Amino acid sequence: MENRPLEYDYTVAKMFMLTTVLLGIVGMLVGVVLAWELAFPSVNTILGSGVAEYTNFSRLRPLHTDAVIFGFTISGVFATWYYVGQRVLKVSMAESSFLMFIGKLQFWVYLLTVAAVVVSLLLGITTSKEYAEFEWPIDLAIVVVWVLWGINMFGLIGMRREKSLYISVWYYIATFLGIAMLYLFNNMEVPTMFFSGGLGDWWHSVSMYSGTNDALVQWWYGHNAVAFGFTVPIVAMIYYFLPKESGQAVFSYKLSLLSFWGLMFVYLWAGGHHLLFSTVPDWMQTMGSVFSVVLILPSWGSAINMLLTMKGEWQQVASSPLIKFMVLASTFYMFSTLEGPIQAIKSVNAIAHFTDWIVGHVHDGVLGWVAFMIMASLFHMAPRVFKREIYSKSLMNTQFWVQTLGVVLYFTSMWIAGITQGMMWRAHDEFGNLAYSFIDTVTVLHPYYTIRAVGGTLYLIGMFLFAWNMYKTMTSGRRVEENELQSASPMAA
Amino acid sequence: MFHWLEKHPFFFSVGVFVVIAFAGLIEIVPNFAQASRPVIGTKPYTTLELAGRQAYIKNSCNACHSQLIRPFKAETDRYGSYSLSGEYAYDRPFLWGSKRTGPDLMRVGNYRTTDWHENHMKDPEAVVPGTLMPAYPWMFTNPANIETAYAEQLTVKNVFAVPYNQDIPLKDGSHVQVKLADTLAGAQADALEEAKLIAADMKDKSVQDAVAAGKIPEIVALIAYLNSLK
Repeated sequence: MENRPLEYDYTVAKMFMLTTVLLGIVGMLVGVVLAWELAFPSVNTILGSGVAEYTNFSRLRPLHTDAVIFGFTISGVFATWYYVGQRVLKVSMAESSFLMFIGKLQFWVYLLTVAAVVVSLLLGITTSKEYAEFEWPIDLAIVVVWVLWGINMFGLIGMRREKSLYISVWYYIATFLGIAMLYLFNNMEVPTMFFSGGLGDWWHSVSMYSGTNDALVQWWYGHNAVAFGFTVPIVAMIYYFLPKESGQAVFSYKLSLLSFWGLMFVYLWAGGHHLLFSTVPDWMQTMGSVFSVVLILPSWGSAINMLLTMKGEWQQVASSPLIKFMVLASTFYMFSTLEGPIQAIKSVNAIAHFTDWIVGHVHDGVLGWVAFMIMASLFHMAPRVFKREIYSKSLMNTQFWVQTLGVVLYFTSMWIAGITQGMMWRAHDEFGNLAYSFIDTVTVLHPYYTIRAVGGTLYLIGMFLFAWNMYKTMTSGRRVEENELQSASPMAA
Repeated sequence: MFHWLEKHPFFFSVGVFVVIAFAGLIEIVPNFAQASRPVIGTKPYTTLELAGRQAYIKNSCNACHSQLIRPFKAETDRYGSYSLSGEYAYDRPFLWGSKRTGPDLMRVGNYRTTDWHENHMKDPEAVVPGTLMPAYPWMFTNPANIETAYAEQLTVKNVFAVPYNQDIPLKDGSHVQVKLADTLAGAQADALEEAKLIAADMKDKSVQDAVAAGKIPEIVALIAYLNSLK
């Protein structure tokens, strides 16, 4: 047994790859609908005024954010874990029927939970807290999914042959612990049926915290859900997939150490930057602001470590679309982690907060960094999981450019929209009166909302190209042998 | 040390947890007791107002409207005096929002009327040309969920000691009580009384008929809530 190469079992990875693609399309489709609704409000009743309650902006908005965060991104995290975990720990899922069972169970509970989320959000069953909209029964299901993942993760780690944990595993462990802690504390809520003698909707609950405290806990969560959902596991991916695909060793172990522990230490403090000029105490706001700026160091540490891993091999960026995706992803990571701290500076935040610049910042991070990295990971996994060549390299290149153009249109239009509106809100005329009524600051945004909707649509078209390419790879790609899978992924022209 | 940690997943995980957990402890815990103390004049919500607040949440109004006035001249000029922590003491959850696609609503009760809201919720474009806000016609027919609102009132009274049926000091030195009925039927009757006052200022015939027949449409509860934001 020890003399033969390990046969890794990708059953669970394949299941989560499927939901990554599907929920990615669903979440982004809803996002595109929302973007067109802001550009042209008549889109709110696109399916007729009879069902407008379910197609209207405010009802769909939480569905968009939750579908891309907990659907697309978290599926991608699970899919890559069930691939990367086995390989870096040198242990196969096939070696433990228990862990295999847990993995499959996790998938099915996850799928049921996603269905419950979609239905409940469309019905308007929500706690209103961003990225924590789910009522308590769904929260409990999410805890089950997470615990099952933890059992699998630490189960595989317990069985490992490679004693030293690879960098990616550090980040996956941190994802597990971070989300567990944040999610539990932010979703502390009291189901009303237990304290009212069974009156009212059984799923309804009331937050354990009130007012300013609730806001503080929510943004401690909200900001760090970004940290441990959109940053930490994505860094785990790039530390594995970029060296693998390029055949290059990670540039610096010390830099990865510094970035990892730095990120863990600094990130949690920065949540306060969502609450600048609010009613939380000044010292917390200042801490949030200062630590946000410090956060540039560990963020750039990882990104630079990845870019320098390509040292001497930059021709691969031109020759391989897969490397293009990953290099652009880490570039967007640097860009986004510079933009965030700038927005966290108090005087900048005074203009930026509540405007579309924040929306733009989120999207250059998630579209440029998170989604590019997840799709690159799936592209790298596909030939190894399905034992087939990637169906089309030219389609990948097309997707890359269509989506890159989409992201650029998205964030540039949102910068202009955000800064324009922020400046107009505060403008006073020569007599000291407000220069613009609120609606003036809305109608001026129309062209930028339209450009953003076009950008989002381009990105969605890229998602369809991605799904098609994956589907064709799975069903009709040329069969490949193990020796073709050493570094650069095989792809047909 | 790091090499050793990387070979010992348990201690590695403990290390990570300690490093990520203590920031939250230091930032969140010290202020907890103080921040939740109400300022003079802050009252808990009535049954109808709370049902309206739940309708506000159900339709994610907070996705586009903030309830947080920052201490800048431009904001106090536009929306009224800046927000104080204690004003949110009875807000579970908080509804500050994170994006102002529409204007702030923290003190909308000071400068908009029942009549204005009715027209605006039915056809926003007719009231504010150029607006992005969609119409909410279903709120005129969907019934307000008074029972769940009452369940929430009982819960916050029992669990968090929210002062229903107790004297609440006002700024002028007088006191007022917010009534919480002993039974669901009592709460429904109280809500209906309040709803009648709102409906009297509304023009929609179907809403007036519904209220006269003892039913409360969501829009009436929502307007009661919006009027309470001061």
